[in-house]
Amino acid sequence: MHAETEVAPLVEMRGITIQFPGVLALDHVDFCLRAGEVHSIMGENGAGKSTLIKALTGVYSIDSGTILVGGEERVFGSTADAQAAGISTVYQEVNLCTNLSVGENVMLGHEPRNLRGIDWRATHREAARYLADLGVHLDTHTLLSSHSIAIQQLVAISRAMVLDSRVLILDEPTSSLDRDEVDQLFAVVRDLRAKGVAIIFISHFLDQVYEISDRITVLRNGQLVGEYCAQDLPRADLVTKMIGKVLEELDDIATSAERTIDRSAAPLLRATGIGKRGVLSPADLDVYDGEVVGIAGLLGSGRTELVRLVYGADRADAGHFELHGEPAKLTSPRHAIDHRIAFSSENRREEGIIADLTVGENIALGIQARRGWLRKLRGAEYDAVVAEYIAALGVRPADPNRLAGTLSGGNQQKVLLARWLATAPELIILDEPTRGIDVGAKADIQRKVAELSHQGLSVIFISSELEEVLRLAQRVVVMRDRHQIGVLDSSDVDVDGLIDYMANQGDAQSEGSVA
Amino acid sequence: MSTTTVTAPRARLASYSRTFLDRHSSMMPTFAALLIFIALLIGAEMHFGNFLTPLNMSALLLNYAYLLILAVGMTFVIITGGIDLSVGSVMAFTGISCAKLLGEGYSAAVVIPAILLGGAAIGLLIGVLVQYFDVQPFIASLAGLFLARGLAFVVSLSSIRVENESVLWLQTTRWRFGEWYITPTGILALSVAAIGAFVLAFTRFGRTVYAVGGNEQSARLMGLNVARTKVLVYVISGVCGGLAGLVLTAYSGAGYPRNGIGTELDVIAAVVIGGTLLTGGTGYVLGSVIGVLVFATINTIIAYEGAEQAWTRIIIGLMLLMFIVVQRVIVVRSERRR
Repeated sequence: MHAETEVAPLVEMRGITIQFPGVLALDHVDFCLRAGEVHSIMGENGAGKSTLIKALTGVYSIDSGTILVGGEERVFGSTADAQAAGISTVYQEVNLCTNLSVGENVMLGHEPRNLRGIDWRATHREAARYLADLGVHLDTHTLLSSHSIAIQQLVAISRAMVLDSRVLILDEPTSSLDRDEVDQLFAVVRDLRAKGVAIIFISHFLDQVYEISDRITVLRNGQLVGEYCAQDLPRADLVTKMIGKVLEELDDIATSAERTIDRSAAPLLRATGIGKRGVLSPADLDVYDGEVVGIAGLLGSGRTELVRLVYGADRADAGHFELHGEPAKLTSPRHAIDHRIAFSSENRREEGIIADLTVGENIALGIQARRGWLRKLRGAEYDAVVAEYIAALGVRPADPNRLAGTLSGGNQQKVLLARWLATAPELIILDEPTRGIDVGAKADIQRKVAELSHQGLSVIFISSELEEVLRLAQRVVVMRDRHQIGVLDSSDVDVDGLIDYMANQGDAQSEGSVA
Repeated sequence: MSTTTVTAPRARLASYSRTFLDRHSSMMPTFAALLIFIALLIGAEMHFGNFLTPLNMSALLLNYAYLLILAVGMTFVIITGGIDLSVGSVMAFTGISCAKLLGEGYSAAVVIPAILLGGAAIGLLIGVLVQYFDVQPFIASLAGLFLARGLAFVVSLSSIRVENESVLWLQTTRWRFGEWYITPTGILALSVAAIGAFVLAFTRFGRTVYAVGGNEQSARLMGLNVARTKVLVYVISGVCGGLAGLVLTAYSGAGYPRNGIGTELDVIAAVVIGGTLLTGGTGYVLGSVIGVLVFATINTIIAYEGAEQAWTRIIIGLMLLMFIVVQRVIVVRSERRR
């Protein structure tokens, strides 16, 4: 460890600043990379990780600051420049050409040539040799598209080796790999590290970061928080440094779940025996005023199916609904909206955010739909509504005229939430509102949900993260294999208990509850 | 025991063919085009009885040399995922310019490079629009189409006869091999195809053309010179347009500003029938050669039959439809496999 610090840095970035319209993406960030180390860059979405990488690889030009590679100052105008200086990147969505053969992808632009042009025999032989160095043995003539993402990633790494890279950047390489594939990748990474290659590793998975990294640099809001030795930085400290806000705030939210709900009046929504043949066995659901009802279950357990029936997105063929004690018909989203029920789908990109509209337009969409298209929301009123919800949910950047598609996932989710809240619903159904977004945005959204339920809004909250469900909800509906296996009081159970219930309880009860 | 010995060679054969399919799945549409070409020839021979003659076959190449040259250029463009609608007009413009300049007494040694440069210049314009001004290839080349057609009318409103012997030599010379013959224009077209095939298969530029068509973003991140490649394919198509103008002028013995109206669509049809994917990334010059031959054969069959020429369009239209659907199925299947 001590010897390592004396190694001259291979890459040194000093005072890197990058300004985007309206955002300071990087603010005087320093970064130092040594030969033969695995160095993780950590931070929330929007912290500046990818901007820093893109500055190093010549995708973005820097506004101020210097980049030194091997002690020499360099300016990269393009990826090709950076590659020539020995810096290669393997991206999450593997940037190779799937229409070409494996061998060609490895060698493209560096094919051995003779008098008759590219020597294909030698090209494939070379490619096979580079792949074999990484422990990959396959027919290099096959099309890249016929191989798994894991193999494609290894192909991308061997391409970096062809370029004789001294610096290898792995940007979210493990997000679509299974455990065995991750092990294979890490074996390759350790091997390269031993050969003196410097590796920058970016991942959301803390376990993997600790498994592979020697050093960790933390960024937050475009600023450097610090550089640490992985073994000297406890996990909780890392998370705190990444999100800045203290985790105690989340504990505050937890106490809100313990608040008692007045269940003497008729529930806001009572669904009795609702089901749909082949989709969901009959289930019951009560939601009282100001209550957060969580739905827990694995993916495909029927939790989304249940709320789609409530919203009328799918038509229930059994059971009936009561709203405020009165029988009601909920057979289409139109009815649900008329009864002031809002539904935020789990497919944020396909069914929610309209990427080509601005943040403001996306927020105003829901309220506009409620008013009818003839009564258009005008100037001042529009500005007021949009500004109010951007502020209330902490959408970043707080620019109503920015295209929604350019926001990070977490901020898109906030915009979606804002759209529904602007319609002043009585009940809001949130299906996986926190999936795939960063820790800070997760906390923001949970805090907002808790706050709203305090004010009397009823919420149905679906999440794969059981901590979230237990933190927010007063009662938890547990689903398994398209059956409702029970309803628990969240104060009676912890995460392990809930997992145990989800896994085992159904067996004992299933015969009783299916009927 | 006996069963294994029987099945072993068959299993080996199956595994060979699977390997072959894995490696060459992108060639399947071209094989299909070849099969259709052969089927057309056999069908026509059975129907007419005197179709497969050396004279007929030689005429195919003679009559459609210009189309073959244009198809080679178009193959480059379409493999990058672009399209070039200007080629018919460029051919007319360079053809009429060729006739006009020759008529004014310039030597062929000056005129031919000049019209090739003219074609290249229009291609360069389209390429720059596409690459640096981010204009859709469809729009940029449509602008090129109008520009070149307009220029053709500026050069002359009516047809201009060509007297220049060296240009006419291209067409009138017949090198005979028994009953087969070939003209210098035919040699020119085949050479263009051979050079095109070589460049695409055996040069880094050619492979970059495929990479750009496969995934432009990736190609850029892989450090390939995407900008140069994208501009250059339109220049190549423009040069082919110029060459086609020369060949067509020699073929008809005159330049005519209304030549090649709609030819761009014939070229695209031939390239697509030959197995080049309109979405880019896959295709072969050899396929385009076969595509042109299919197109030419259908035309000849219609002429033999004495039917309306409109039937050519209808049949080509139907074939195009069929090929596009087949390509779509192949693409969808390969995506699903991933």
